[in-house]
Amino acid sequence: MKFLLTSETIIPPQFSEASAGAKVVFEGVVRNSHKGREVVQLEYESYNELAISEGEQLVSEAIAKYELIDALTIHRIGTLTVGEVAVWIGVLSPHRKNAFLACEFIIDELKLRIPIWKKEHYREGDSGWIEQQF
Amino acid sequence: MKVSVQYFASLRESSGIEEEQIETATETVSDFYLELAKKYQFSLQLTSVRFAVNGQFVPAASLLNEGDRVVFIPPVAGG
Repeated sequence: MKFLLTSETIIPPQFSEASAGAKVVFEGVVRNSHKGREVVQLEYESYNELAISEGEQLVSEAIAKYELIDALTIHRIGTLTVGEVAVWIGVLSPHRKNAFLACEFIIDELKLRIPIWKKEHYREGDSGWIEQQF
Repeated sequence: MKVSVQYFASLRESSGIEEEQIETATETVSDFYLELAKKYQFSLQLTSVRFAVNGQFVPAASLLNEGDRVVFIPPVAGG
């Protein structure tokens, strides 16, 4: 399993390999603002069946494309507050360049492809579903 | 034919339900979306929606079959 969904706080997993000369980890964290609005909470929802199959495929693609030793992605679902980790991506590679590239590839593609949705709750009490901006 | 539909995110909120079985005479998943958009007054345009049938992404012109599990995918925003 290379792509996991969890409703619990993400605890960075043990992730290492003796042949890896580079380990790049990306953590996506809940920020306190969006387009000038103060955000107090985020709500993530997913279509689990397709998110997991598409996520597994995405991470496998990254491993093949960047000749990685291994990669793992964990995405949080449910209600998160500011400062919490929403997504954790770890990549192991013999060399650093591909590790950085692969990590960015996974987060960029995840935002485009994986059926996960995000609702922002604002200080004023209103809320809205977010459409990914590029 | 009868199919099942699961709703997520803004579509779940607009329809007020998570899942239902529906009898439809529409042929494609996109026509089926339009039928439900009218029924539940979905504000999402057809061009913003992707489609999944039986757990796989499918093109908008895909034909529906009896017993299919249909999911409409609003614009995603993971990460």
